[in-house]
Amino acid sequence: MTAPTHHHAPAPHAYVSPIPVRRAHLGDALASEWTKIRSVRSTMWTLGVMILLMFGIGLGVAAIASASEAPMGEESALGFGFFGMLPASICVITLGVLTIASEYGTGMIRTTLTACPSRARVLTAKAIVFFLLVFTVTTVVGAIVGAGQVALVDTAGTPTGAEWLRATVGAGAYLAMLGLLSMALGALIRHSAGAITVMIGLLLLPLVAALFMFSEALKSVQEWLFTYAIPSQMIALYAAQPPFGEDGPAGWEPLLIMTGAAGIALAGAYALMNSRDV
Amino acid sequence: MIELEGLTKRYGTKIAVDHLSFQVRPGVVTGFLGPNGAGKSTTMRMMLDLDNPTSGTVRIDGKHYRELQEPLKYIGALLDAKAMHGGRSAYNNLLCLAQSNRIPASRVGEVLDLVGLTPVARKKSKGFSLGMGQRLGIASALLGDPEILMFDEPVNGLDPEGIHWIRNLMKALAGEGRTIFVSSHLMSEMALTADHLIVIGQGKLLADTSMADFIQQNSRSYVRLRSPEQERLRDVLHANGFIAIESGNGTLEVDGATTEKLGELAGANQIVLHELSSQRASLEEAFMQMTAGAVEYHAHGTDVHGAAPAPGPRWGSISEGD
Repeated sequence: MTAPTHHHAPAPHAYVSPIPVRRAHLGDALASEWTKIRSVRSTMWTLGVMILLMFGIGLGVAAIASASEAPMGEESALGFGFFGMLPASICVITLGVLTIASEYGTGMIRTTLTACPSRARVLTAKAIVFFLLVFTVTTVVGAIVGAGQVALVDTAGTPTGAEWLRATVGAGAYLAMLGLLSMALGALIRHSAGAITVMIGLLLLPLVAALFMFSEALKSVQEWLFTYAIPSQMIALYAAQPPFGEDGPAGWEPLLIMTGAAGIALAGAYALMNSRDV
Repeated sequence: MIELEGLTKRYGTKIAVDHLSFQVRPGVVTGFLGPNGAGKSTTMRMMLDLDNPTSGTVRIDGKHYRELQEPLKYIGALLDAKAMHGGRSAYNNLLCLAQSNRIPASRVGEVLDLVGLTPVARKKSKGFSLGMGQRLGIASALLGDPEILMFDEPVNGLDPEGIHWIRNLMKALAGEGRTIFVSSHLMSEMALTADHLIVIGQGKLLADTSMADFIQQNSRSYVRLRSPEQERLRDVLHANGFIAIESGNGTLEVDGATTEKLGELAGANQIVLHELSSQRASLEEAFMQMTAGAVEYHAHGTDVHGAAPAPGPRWGSISEGD
C-alpha cells in the first residue's frame, strides 16, 4: 500500500456490517414461517380444537353405531371419520385464513415483505409450512381415530388397505388442501373475518341450498350441488363407488378436485400479491 | 446511498408523489420533512417496494429493492411501530425476521439489548406501550446491522427520554458511516438531528439542502424596537440609513443592525425606547412559509380578525395520521 498522493478529502466511507450477506432462499423463508406459525396461540387453539372434534365426534359416532348393533354389511367403520372431518374443516379454514390475513390485519405483512420482497417466496413458504403442519396432524389423528372406530364397531366390514390410505393420508391431504384454498382466499381478501365467512359459506351453503330445492325445474342444479358440495366430496373420499350421482367423484377424485381449486386460488393470490400495493 | 428518480404515485386522479428526485447520502442524517399528507410515508413505502410507483425508480446502492438478496442487511426500516403480530413475543417477532434473512438468532438478543427490551423479550408485543412498540420497531430495523436505515416519524408518541434516546441513536448510527433517512413533520425535531434536509409538499420537492444552509437562508435576524415616539424614531432610523418596517402593535423591525447600534442612536437622539430586542425568525416559521402553498389539510375557522395565526396546520403537537 502506498500513501495517496492526492489531497482532497476522502469520500465518507459507507458502513460495512460484520454480518456476512449470503443468498437467502426458500429454506430461510420456511424457517421464518415455521417460527411464525408456532409462535401464535391461534395455531394451538385451532389445531387443538380440531383434534378434539375429530376424536370426540369420530369415536362418539362409532360408539353409537356400536351400541345399536345394526348390521353394516360390507361397509367399514372408517366412513364415520367424515363426521369428525366436517367440523375439523372449519378449524382448518380458520387457521388457513389467519396464516396470511392476520399479517394484513396487524400490519406485519409490511415487515415481512420488507424482509423478503419476493411475494412468491413468502406465499410458497407459508403454503408449504401450513400444508405440512395440517397434513401431518390430520393424518396422524385420522389414523388413531380410524383404528378406534374399527375396533369399536364390530358389525362393520374389515377396511381394505386402500380404504385405510384414503381415511388417513387422503383425509389429511384433503383438509390441508381445503386449508390452502382458505389461505389463498385470505391473501386475496386480506381480511380475516371476511375470508373465514366466505369459506364457511362455500363449505356449507351449497348443501343447505340444495336441501330446499323442491322444484322439479331445479332438479339438475340440486343434484349437481349434492354431488359436488364439499361435505359430499368428503363422504365420497371414504367411498369406492360414487355415493351421489352415477358420475360423481369417488375415492381419490375429491382430493384432485380440491387440489385443483387450491392451485387456481393460489395462482390468483400470487398474481394479485405481485401487482398490489401492500 | 438511495437514489430516487422521477418517483411518482397517483391514486386515481390524485397525485400523492409528484416526480420526486433526490439522493440520500451515507454518513449523514437526512431529514425528510413535509406537512401531514405531503407524501412522506407513500414515498418511503415505494422506497421499500411495498407500493408500486406509477412511474419513476428507486435504487438502493444501484439496485432495485427486489434485487437485494437479504434486504435486512442493506436496509432497515421502521414504518409504523405496530407492524408486528401482537400475539407473538418480541423475541419471536424478531426471530422470524432474522431467519428469513439468515441473520444469526444471537443477533435478536443483541438488538433487544440495544433498545432496552430484554426484560420483556418473551412478552406479547400487543401489551407494549407506544414507546416500547417504537423500540421494538427500531430493533427490527437494526436486526441486519444494515448500512441504510429508514425511520418514519420515529419520535411520534415518545416521552422526552425516548426522544432523546432516538436522537442520539440516529447520530451514532450516522457516525458509523450509515445512511440515515428519517421523516418528520416537525421542523424543530429535524433541526436537532438532521444534517441534510429534504422538504416536500403535496408530493413535490420543495427543498434539498444542507441543514446549515437552510438555517442560514431561512432564519432572518432583526432588531425589534418599540417607542412612544414611533414617528420620530422612524425618521431618525431612516436618516441614518436603516429601513424600519412597521410590524403592527406599535413595533418597528430593522434588518441588518445590532441592538447596540440602534440603542446608541436612540439615546443620542433622546428617544425613549420601551423595547429593544434582537429577534430571530424560527425555522418552524420558515418551514411553514415554504410549505404554505402546499398544505394538504387546512384547519378552517381560525382566520377571523387576523388575530389567529395564518391558516394552516400548527406544527408542534399534532401527530401524523397517515
